[in-house]
Amino acid sequence: MSEADRKNDAAPESSSPAPAPGGALKEAESRLHYALRDLAQSSWVITVLSIVVALGVGAVLILATNAQVQDTLGYFFARPGDFFSASFEVIRDAYSALFRGAVYDWQAATPQRSIRPLTETLVNAVPLILAGLGIAIGFRSGMLNIGGQGQIILGATCAAFIGYAFQLPLGLHLLLALMGGVLGGAIWGGIAGVLKAKTGANEVIVTIMLNNIALYFLAWLLRQQWFVQTGSNQPIAAPVEDSARLFGLLGSGFRLHAGIFIAIAATVFVWWLLERSTLGFEMRAIGENPEAARTAGVNVPKATALVLIIGGALCGLAGAAHLLGTEYRLAAGIAGTLGFDAITVALLGRSRPLGTFLAGLLFGGLRAGGVLMQAQTGTPIDIVLVLQSVIVLLIAAPPLVRAIFFLPGTDTKPKKPRHRRRALRDTASRRAEDPALAGSAQGEGSQR
Amino acid sequence: MRPFNPKTLFSLAAVGVLALSACGEAPEEEPENENTETAENGEAAEAPEDVDFTACLVSDAGGWDDQSFNESAYNGLQNAIEDFDIDSNTAESSSEADFGPNVDAMVQQGCDLTFGVGFMLEDAVDEAALANEDLSFGLIDSTFPSDPENGKALVFNTAEAAYLAGYVAAATSETGVVATFGGIQIPSVTVFMDGFADGVDRYNTDNGAEVQLLGWDKESQNGSFSGDFEDQNAGRTLTEQFLAQDADIVMPVAGPVGLGAAAAIEDHGDALLIWVDTDGYESTDYGDIILTSVMKQIPQAVYDTIEEAVAGEFSSEPYIGDLENEGVGLAPFHDYEDEVDGEVKEKIDELIEEIISGETVVESENAPQ
Repeated sequence: MSEADRKNDAAPESSSPAPAPGGALKEAESRLHYALRDLAQSSWVITVLSIVVALGVGAVLILATNAQVQDTLGYFFARPGDFFSASFEVIRDAYSALFRGAVYDWQAATPQRSIRPLTETLVNAVPLILAGLGIAIGFRSGMLNIGGQGQIILGATCAAFIGYAFQLPLGLHLLLALMGGVLGGAIWGGIAGVLKAKTGANEVIVTIMLNNIALYFLAWLLRQQWFVQTGSNQPIAAPVEDSARLFGLLGSGFRLHAGIFIAIAATVFVWWLLERSTLGFEMRAIGENPEAARTAGVNVPKATALVLIIGGALCGLAGAAHLLGTEYRLAAGIAGTLGFDAITVALLGRSRPLGTFLAGLLFGGLRAGGVLMQAQTGTPIDIVLVLQSVIVLLIAAPPLVRAIFFLPGTDTKPKKPRHRRRALRDTASRRAEDPALAGSAQGEGSQR
Repeated sequence: MRPFNPKTLFSLAAVGVLALSACGEAPEEEPENENTETAENGEAAEAPEDVDFTACLVSDAGGWDDQSFNESAYNGLQNAIEDFDIDSNTAESSSEADFGPNVDAMVQQGCDLTFGVGFMLEDAVDEAALANEDLSFGLIDSTFPSDPENGKALVFNTAEAAYLAGYVAAATSETGVVATFGGIQIPSVTVFMDGFADGVDRYNTDNGAEVQLLGWDKESQNGSFSGDFEDQNAGRTLTEQFLAQDADIVMPVAGPVGLGAAAAIEDHGDALLIWVDTDGYESTDYGDIILTSVMKQIPQAVYDTIEEAVAGEFSSEPYIGDLENEGVGLAPFHDYEDEVDGEVKEKIDELIEEIISGETVVESENAPQ
């Protein structure tokens, strides 16, 4: 609670009020900052309950789209039992398949296949965790890095090219490919970071645009023969050499690779960075209040750029681990929706390293389970997307979850005064600040 | 205070809907043994008595409703299910990371024959074929990199049919300008455009004409692409540009993006469309502006492969659809039957003969090897 209070006190300065140039965007951004901060305050109970509610919503959708259930609904009043038994079976089958696909499959043919789902969950989680951490660093520093997608693409592209274009000894090759991924992501994140630090360019817009540039850059590269090195004109690159692949941990039949160690190491690193290092303190400080941070002697432009560079590096590492660990071949859709899923992972993990790690595991599990659910019960894979979305939606609205479960409002006490305080300060600062300064966000303001 | 409590209103509505919809008669028999596709779960799964065969299909990122090859393959599977009374399983991929797990899930579900739709699934299906020698695999629009014994490639030399379409377009065009564009620059798209370009050239050489082709240069392999297989608006914009440059026949090779082209042509009022993959006269709502279609018989190929496999005659011999085996072809002219010259129709038949006999070779670096 103490940390939360401290944040409340520090909050509004980082997001100066309305009369800014380009005000609507700034305003929306500052609201997002509040939302992010509110997120961090709601308790773990809310997270668990959100998952429960999401499963409930998913169940309704599964029932609504199931032909068997629809049939029984047609004669509901004649024999309601049919409807309930059919519904129960459909839901039970779908969710048990989801669980069996994600954790432990007790119906599998061999013991090896039984434990495979858990390893698949970990495989899916690796890039989600890494990219989620990259996004979370931005959130903690008050920056909305929407560019995970582009940074992942660049990371995967660099890692892949090093992976197949060079012949190097075993360990070195892998290391270089991973470094290439880190570098690619860091450069892509760095473009947005430096632009924001030097010119105050809004990082949301820049990173979104960089996503598109990365996508079409990759599409162009994949049409260049010097790049793909396959001799065919399919837009897919050559497979990376064995020496550059992240080695498997459990032998054939499993896809689990050493990337999971990278994900764990990165989680520890980000924790250390944010909670224990000076740089991390500076990063959090500019997130809380760039003006105060500048006054306290923080080099705000430098810290701003570093946040996006490190975030980009982590996303690039995610792309590299995804490519070197599971995909092996670079194609236009290499990033899938990873970059955007990573944002929800970071949100669900409340931008905390451990939380992000666990959220990545959850989303990885939903993905892995969705495959079996679709294959075995014919439930559309889109249900998994609905589950993910509803979970995040509810986590962003804790009062809704509390209302659903009739929970007492744990946060209600600080809520009222906070609003009044915020309003007071807003009017005060509106009067006090000159219009030019009022528009200053973190980066530009500190440059004066 | 308020005359209507929202809650009351809502429950009234709910009850009303329920009462209206739920008064049907209960069926005499237990409905669970219906042989529907969605009733795979629970006890309803033990359906067919005579044939014990499961055919499966994994889509690429387009999904089953892409109005293009995923949907075609899905239709082929549905036809086979009806005719042979086999079991089936399908998996839609939402991104490239899903290909491997989806194919693996199909293998685990005991699929005797698994199809991957699209060249993107090449590696995933190839790997599964090598690892499961007792099962059969099919790959649509691509060949197996390591030629396994149990893998059958289903590819289509659409250049041959597009050649005919190019000839017809050039012969029918009144402005002397025709156009084509693709979704993404991949061989299974550009092979259409290569054939179309050659067909236009053929008309020009044969008749000393100078019909111009917009949107594709076969020599440099450069042309117009909408960028994906989803954005109909991009197709519309591209087509409007072609129309502004006097084109009066456009062939979009971009799945549903072609619908945007159709809309632009309908607005223009004085141009025609050539559809691809399926007979657009039947599969789209734009039959009245479709001159003809370049058809790719994916459903038939999938159906035939399943038939072979059910009969135990599966072979790894690749299926190459061409004019000779009618795996590709030109659709009827439908509404424009009278507008196309009899001479041109005769010439088309001649060309088909020539291509089948090998006298005319439609060359394309994008054609399946």
